[in-house]
Amino acid sequence: MHTIPTSRAERQLARRRQARRSVALSATSTIVVLGAVAAGIVLSPGWRTVRSTFFSWHYFRAVLSSLPAGLWLDARMFIVVEVVVLALGLTIALVRTLRAPLLFPLRLVSAVFVDVLRGVPLLILLYLIGFGVPALDFSFLPTDETVLGGAALALCYSAYVSEVFRAGIESVHPSQPAAALSLGLTRTQALRHVVLPQAVRRVVPPLLNDFISLTKDVALVSVLGPQEIARIAQINSDLNFNFTPYVAAAAFYLLLTLPLIRVVDHMRGRALTRQNAVVML
Amino acid sequence: MLELRGVTKFYGEREVLGGIDLEVREGEAVALIGASGSGKSTLLRCIDLLEEIDDGDIYLDGAAITDPGSDPVPIRRRLGLVFQAYNLFPHRSVLENVVLGAIRAQRMPRGDALAAGHALLERFGLAGREHDYPDRLSGGQQQRVAIVRALMTKPRALLLDEVTSALDPELVGEVLGIIRELKGDGMTMLIATHEMGFAREFADEVCHLESGRIIERGPPEQIFSDPAHPSTRRFLTRLIDGARA
Repeated sequence: MHTIPTSRAERQLARRRQARRSVALSATSTIVVLGAVAAGIVLSPGWRTVRSTFFSWHYFRAVLSSLPAGLWLDARMFIVVEVVVLALGLTIALVRTLRAPLLFPLRLVSAVFVDVLRGVPLLILLYLIGFGVPALDFSFLPTDETVLGGAALALCYSAYVSEVFRAGIESVHPSQPAAALSLGLTRTQALRHVVLPQAVRRVVPPLLNDFISLTKDVALVSVLGPQEIARIAQINSDLNFNFTPYVAAAAFYLLLTLPLIRVVDHMRGRALTRQNAVVML
Repeated sequence: MLELRGVTKFYGEREVLGGIDLEVREGEAVALIGASGSGKSTLLRCIDLLEEIDDGDIYLDGAAITDPGSDPVPIRRRLGLVFQAYNLFPHRSVLENVVLGAIRAQRMPRGDALAAGHALLERFGLAGREHDYPDRLSGGQQQRVAIVRALMTKPRALLLDEVTSALDPELVGEVLGIIRELKGDGMTMLIATHEMGFAREFADEVCHLESGRIIERGPPEQIFSDPAHPSTRRFLTRLIDGARA
């Protein structure tokens, strides 16, 4: 039993002591773990080979100048595909939400579209569209691999994103559209001014997650031939039987994705604080 | 002005409204009392055409509004409904909540709607809160905003669904004050309520709903001091005991 009450200064001192201890502990454990991993790699029997085939300074410098152009193509594809995905995803979600009987065929098509595209591996979809569409030989269809690859990506991601939007729309409590209808708004107006704005706000974090996946999946389009960064790395690597270009490409990619990931985490944190749902774990 | 004849509503096999006859005359206030689940809310939602009735007719200004296949939107524009849980739009400021119906449904020019919204909010003690979001307001303030929102579309009649039930006791008064004021303006109202003192002071007629039927109706003095139906007597006794406990 304490007989003397603990003063505020004592409590602060104790708290500071505890904080210092946890910083020291986490620093030590980080150094130990990272050191062990690094030692494990460097001491591995094959380290000499790995170092020359994956971390060769010579090949790194050689490929350096050709990578930015590839990354730039990835970035452009990402932006265009993302815009298409947002528009198409939202359209599909809306079609699946509306109950007008006239829209039944559209609803059916959307449902099948979403199910099939979510069920097919992206790589296979890329091959099917990239090689299948030009084979149709219609003059009005595109034959450019970048466009076709982008189309395959857009279709696949639209299916996922439409489900995210749909979940958002369904998460808005029915009392909200009821209030809008009671004011005399039409169903479309209620959706446009009351349901959608709330739904979209709610799904921003999962949407941003899908964006980050997309930045990386853009590189899969390389299987169709476009000279984006993974393709350039592959060509350079095949040329010299050295994998360093892949490591260089990964490093370059991180330049693009790491800032994006930080921004997304920041936005998600802000969204959480806004909803007063900050949980300390 | 508002007339219900044999209004019946089923949820699946369960009958929630069993042939309601009711009339609210111009400028009158009718109070619906009854236990939770007796059908008060459903009745109000049916009148505002948020739910379809299964039998009977509802007339507004002498014209049937419940004909199957008729467009509910223009009818809803002539009625105002205020919900128990306010149902304000959380993503819009107080002023934006209030003007949405006027601008989108009544096609009022934006400037006029904003001016009218300002004026009404000021009248009901909400001046200075126009640009706050609903979650920054107290429950009483939120419900007053909801009432202003319903009034903005200049409804022929106001339907109030237990508008004080979600409020802390000390906030009930400020909302009831508004309703009293509207009654003074001659607003026609149909009110589902648990506030017996208020219903007694304020209603022209009180209807006791039980299991989707009006089992007793009459002037408030008679219903509250000398209820004829044993069930009404039991309901009122329970309420009084509950208030004492």
